[in-house]
Amino acid sequence: MAKYITKRLLYLLFSLYLIITATFFLMRLAPGNPFTGEKQLPPEIQASLNEHYGLNKPWYVQYGDYLVKIAHWDFGPSFKYNSRTVNDLINDGFPVSLFLGVEAILIALALGTLLGIIAALKHNKWQDYGAMIIAVLGISVPSFIMATVLQYFLAIKWHIFPVARWDSFMHTILPALALASTPMAFIARLTRSSMLEVLANDYIRTAKSKGLGQTAITIKHTIRNALLPVVSYMGPLSAGIVTGSFVIEKIFGIPGLGSHFVMSISNRDYTVIMGVTVFYSIILLSAILLVDIAYGFIDPRIKLTSGKKGE
Amino acid sequence: MEISKEKFQIVGTRSTEAEKISKPSLSFWKDVSIRFRKNKLAMFGVVLLILLIIMAIFGPYMTKFDYRTNNLVNTNKPPGSMHWFGTDDLGRDVFARTWQGARISLFIGIAAAAVDFFIGVFWGGLAGYKGGRIDEFMMRFADVLWGIPYLLLVILFMVVMGQSLGTMILAMTITGWINMARIVRGQVLSLKSQEYVLASKTLGAGLQRIMGKHLIPNTMGPILVTMTLTVPSAIFTEAFLSYLGLGLTPPLASWGTMASDGLPAIKYYPWRLFFPATFICLTIFAFNVIGDGLRDALDPRLRK
Repeated sequence: MAKYITKRLLYLLFSLYLIITATFFLMRLAPGNPFTGEKQLPPEIQASLNEHYGLNKPWYVQYGDYLVKIAHWDFGPSFKYNSRTVNDLINDGFPVSLFLGVEAILIALALGTLLGIIAALKHNKWQDYGAMIIAVLGISVPSFIMATVLQYFLAIKWHIFPVARWDSFMHTILPALALASTPMAFIARLTRSSMLEVLANDYIRTAKSKGLGQTAITIKHTIRNALLPVVSYMGPLSAGIVTGSFVIEKIFGIPGLGSHFVMSISNRDYTVIMGVTVFYSIILLSAILLVDIAYGFIDPRIKLTSGKKGE
Repeated sequence: MEISKEKFQIVGTRSTEAEKISKPSLSFWKDVSIRFRKNKLAMFGVVLLILLIIMAIFGPYMTKFDYRTNNLVNTNKPPGSMHWFGTDDLGRDVFARTWQGARISLFIGIAAAAVDFFIGVFWGGLAGYKGGRIDEFMMRFADVLWGIPYLLLVILFMVVMGQSLGTMILAMTITGWINMARIVRGQVLSLKSQEYVLASKTLGAGLQRIMGKHLIPNTMGPILVTMTLTVPSAIFTEAFLSYLGLGLTPPLASWGTMASDGLPAIKYYPWRLFFPATFICLTIFAFNVIGDGLRDALDPRLRK
């Protein structure tokens, strides 16, 4: 186990190193320098700005500095807003995004598994078809379209929810629902197919033949085994939630890290784009690693020591 | 109790009938196609997709309006007999733009799937066939790339390389091919030890022939499913990038850019969002059900 975790940690660090290096050099390729704007800066000011941000040093020194800074959890300054740093943006926006993301994950997990379980228990009946139609819709409608539709009908037309902003719990429901729609559909399909597989097992028949009721079989014997694939879906799920939050936060005007990131993209604020990308990568890679390790604990049949990635 | 012998009768062994083949023999792909056609949802997807493709080809010619001509007198007109899908904020005909956008969105999806196919089959096929150190190295490389969050990388590329059709497809395929490579490798790994490959080798066939004639054709099923499911995700990514302001630049129209332009106007001119958004969903839906149908049809365990 310890060996496996060490190995995975090394992989994670290597992936992160690649991401940091790639972002660093990609950003150097980007057109223009950070201070190009409508106003041409006098050369003296340009030079002192370069001096201030260390841009007059050769690229390998800048690269080394950047790696050291990241290792100290310092994601650098913003070139557009000189009083703010990327760390400020993260401290400011990430709690909001985290709240929204966790809410969306809980909705997706709860509704998704529920739909999947109903569909599997009522296999080939109308409940099954109904649940799967919802799932296909959830997969086919991108989250940003879902967000707009929810906003248009539930907020603008029928005034059930607030249209936008981030003031109370009521404000969080629509964006979380929109964010949860696609992963919920995936989870529903995943749960359904693995439930059907588990239900065909001999031990389910044994449980039935010894007189256990449907509820007891479902709760004690089926769900516990059927939900394992859902656990392994948690990695891609968190990635989807993070990227989904970019557009959802923009549409609902939520002051999270996602909307800061989108803002920095349209401002071409390269250091912020770079810093937030690295930050997100750290979060996502750690989440995937945690899920894989947790999976090993939940499912004793999996031997993590083999070190092979599951297919 | 005794049963009298008269009650029994010798029926005889009709040896000719036992050997008779009652069902016509089916090749693998015939069987797949029969089972695919029984899947109503998947067939609906096929019909939908054919309609969408026909409209993408002929749609722009069906109206006298051009997708890029501004008409500042007729801005934000609701759908009517003149402009079937209405007009946008610059008075451009939404019907013409929708089908022009269909061309671009479908092109992006299909091009991304095709690039994934070529790189993935080459990489996965080579890794799986060569095995050993080469396989280890190639797949570790893919694993590391796989760790990079897909959309973040795409966004980064679009920011740096500028917004054009080419960079968009390039950005999507940089890590997009890995899934394909993994699937092909897994299949090739299990197929290469089959006797017919050995026979072919004995007869002096080289790598190219074994790959092209034996291994890849036998992997075509999973490849096809993966490609069908790549198209909707590419169309989704394009629309997503447009929402972030990283889409194609005007006057080019894709469904993504049209939807993102229509978004702020949803309260007063909902048709500007409605048409492109609906067609994005329909296309993603069609490809998804076709992909699911193919996967089910190709799975011999689901045969009845």
